[in-house]
Amino acid sequence: MTKRLLVVSLLLIAAVITISGPVAAADQTIKIATQSPLSGDQSAVGVDIKRGAELALEQMSAPLVKMGFKVELAPFDDQANPDTGVANAKRIVSDPAILSVVGHYNSGVQIPSSEVYHTSGLANVSPANTNPKVTTRGYMEVNRIVGRDDVQGVVGADFAAGKKVKSVFVVHDKTAYGQGIAEFFKKRAEEKGMKMLGFEGTEEKANFDSLLSPILAGNPDLVYFGGMYSQAAVLFKQAREKGYMGIFLSDDGFDSSDAVKIGGQTLLDGGGTFYSTVSGPASIYPGTAKFVADFKAKYNAAPQPFAAQGYDCMGICLKAIEAAVKANGNKFPARAAVTKAIRDMKDYEGITGKFTFNSIGDPTIAKYFVIQVASPSPAKWSDNPVVETLDIAPPK
Amino acid sequence: MKRFLKSINVPELLRPLGQLIFFSLGSTIFLSAIALVLALILDRTVVGQTLFERLNVSLYTYTLVNLPQVAIDGLTIGFVYAAIALGYTMVYGVLEFINFAHSEIFAVGAFVGVEILIALDTFGILADASILMAYIYLILAILGGMLAAGGLAVAVERVAYRPLRHASRLVPLISAIGVSFLLQDVIRLVESLTTGQFNRIFPTFGNFDSRVILAKMTMGTTPITLGMSIKSIIVIVSAVLMLVALNYLVNATKIGKAIRAVAQDHPTASLMGIDVNRIISLTFLVGGMLGGAAGVLYALKFTRIDPFVGFFPGLKAFTAAVLGGIGNMTGALLGGIVLGMLETFAGSYMGVFTMGAAGSEYKDIFAFSILILVLIFRPQGLMGANVAQKA
Repeated sequence: MTKRLLVVSLLLIAAVITISGPVAAADQTIKIATQSPLSGDQSAVGVDIKRGAELALEQMSAPLVKMGFKVELAPFDDQANPDTGVANAKRIVSDPAILSVVGHYNSGVQIPSSEVYHTSGLANVSPANTNPKVTTRGYMEVNRIVGRDDVQGVVGADFAAGKKVKSVFVVHDKTAYGQGIAEFFKKRAEEKGMKMLGFEGTEEKANFDSLLSPILAGNPDLVYFGGMYSQAAVLFKQAREKGYMGIFLSDDGFDSSDAVKIGGQTLLDGGGTFYSTVSGPASIYPGTAKFVADFKAKYNAAPQPFAAQGYDCMGICLKAIEAAVKANGNKFPARAAVTKAIRDMKDYEGITGKFTFNSIGDPTIAKYFVIQVASPSPAKWSDNPVVETLDIAPPK
Repeated sequence: MKRFLKSINVPELLRPLGQLIFFSLGSTIFLSAIALVLALILDRTVVGQTLFERLNVSLYTYTLVNLPQVAIDGLTIGFVYAAIALGYTMVYGVLEFINFAHSEIFAVGAFVGVEILIALDTFGILADASILMAYIYLILAILGGMLAAGGLAVAVERVAYRPLRHASRLVPLISAIGVSFLLQDVIRLVESLTTGQFNRIFPTFGNFDSRVILAKMTMGTTPITLGMSIKSIIVIVSAVLMLVALNYLVNATKIGKAIRAVAQDHPTASLMGIDVNRIISLTFLVGGMLGGAAGVLYALKFTRIDPFVGFFPGLKAFTAAVLGGIGNMTGALLGGIVLGMLETFAGSYMGVFTMGAAGSEYKDIFAFSILILVLIFRPQGLMGANVAQKA
């Protein structure tokens, strides 16, 4: 008897759903696109950005579903290639169901692709792009939840100040990236009252003897290098061999296990070696424990860097779409409304931080990390401990 | 045994040693004097005051205290340049053209040596090698680099230069530039196919990284230690050994006599029963071996190499050869030492003398300006070019 009742009630429910379905039907599918490298040598990170977004969609689309929408993920593979990214972007903007984009991994792909989003008024939330130009173009549509390259120098200087460093010598590699970071470091270090014993650019890759003479003579508390590990590690090694015992500090260009292959034990001697970066290991973020567990359960693998940021970007998109839907009387919102809702969002509680965007789309507070080199073995590079986590506002 | 000992031409062994010591001391004293005079002059000016404010020490003291270390660093790189420069100068001596592929022959030597050591390291042999064994492995790597580079130099001569020997002089020069590019990309190709890496890193083993402390000084409040790493000593000692051996080969043996004869006049030399082609191959072999050994020593000293590692040392060694007088072996020694010293002195002191406006990044500009000046007043180079007379 009860069985029959159950069957009848189920049939009734099914009937209600099929009847009510077409009523709310037209334009009821909401799509959110992801763009990241799903193939090629950067696909490990790219696929996990997509997976993070996918997981967020599953866990947080309930409010929109309740309002009668079908929420779908539209993953695109930008192949870490600007041309592919732009071509995908054109396909994305031509699909009216897509209300926002989570992506990209490479700044070089994000910058041209976001030009397309900008002309179509489609919102983009970036989980990983750190180039200042991503936001400094001032596009309403473009936002990111990570820090900026030009803040890293400041992070380094603040870290040095925390270490009671009185004098520094700054070296950079004369590239836009390395010199840029070094100049920001210098400016901040001088503001903090550190003595600037030298500021030198060099393309030298092997023989740092003559550059080291003024460094050793000045014997600064800290030597800063703006650039890539392939120069920095050689410089640090030679400095240590000549008896310099202070602290070495570099930027995220140093984040490669090859750095210890070159420098070995010398990086650990004396004051040690540190580097700054915008993306810490997932375990460092307070809210990620549940995410990591869910991620492992679903995909049977530990999340790569930026997967948690992918999760947060999707969360922000969903929240903003929900707000835009509500503002539009529970109807399918315009893209402009979603764009505005993202920018207007206050204190979104993500797993990698609390996000509010400023007028150009940078997070008002971004997290930066200073990591210490802890082992001379290249295999243990990813175990390097985070020694400092800083929350810093983007530059004006 | 007695006859063997008697056959050794002792003055020819001592002469290059004497020359090396004389050149090293001479350029050190000369450049030190210039640096000190400049320091004395600038001490009273704003330059000295700026330094005093920054380091609490007078410019003169600063210069003086740093001198020994700067001289040692300059000598080390100078000997490397000299060893490479000999390859350029020997080829110029016999063929009168610049073998621009020599910088890649140097790079191949460096790669072969480093790959041998990396292979030993992956088998775990290097990690627990005793000091003695570490030196044996290092010598093995140097010999490997020498053989590979020497063989390659001979092959390049046979394939790319010999067919062009009677063409106009610009033709083998272009061929050499072509070979240079080709070899760079061949190294890159081989490395990317086998190891998939662009940078190769000299493994850490033995006691090469430790440092012999010669003296400790204080400058103002800063302690300065004067020292030399073991590997710098290895570089200098091996370079000196090679230079002496080469000098002996060219100046005191029968083969050397043949090389000198070929350098003077190909047709006449062949009339005297000298196989000119063989002697030219031999010249490339010897020059290439020196370059290859210099490559391994360079990798030992500076740790990291990549397929383009040969370009700058090659260019500087070529400059050194011209500075000393191209075609002249003693000139190449002098040129290498002087250029290495100039560059290190300029890099170390320019920053201070110009109040940080032109730091060590401009050392090459300075060194090359001196080269231009020397060539304006002595176009044949410091020692005079040894250009063979051609009919």
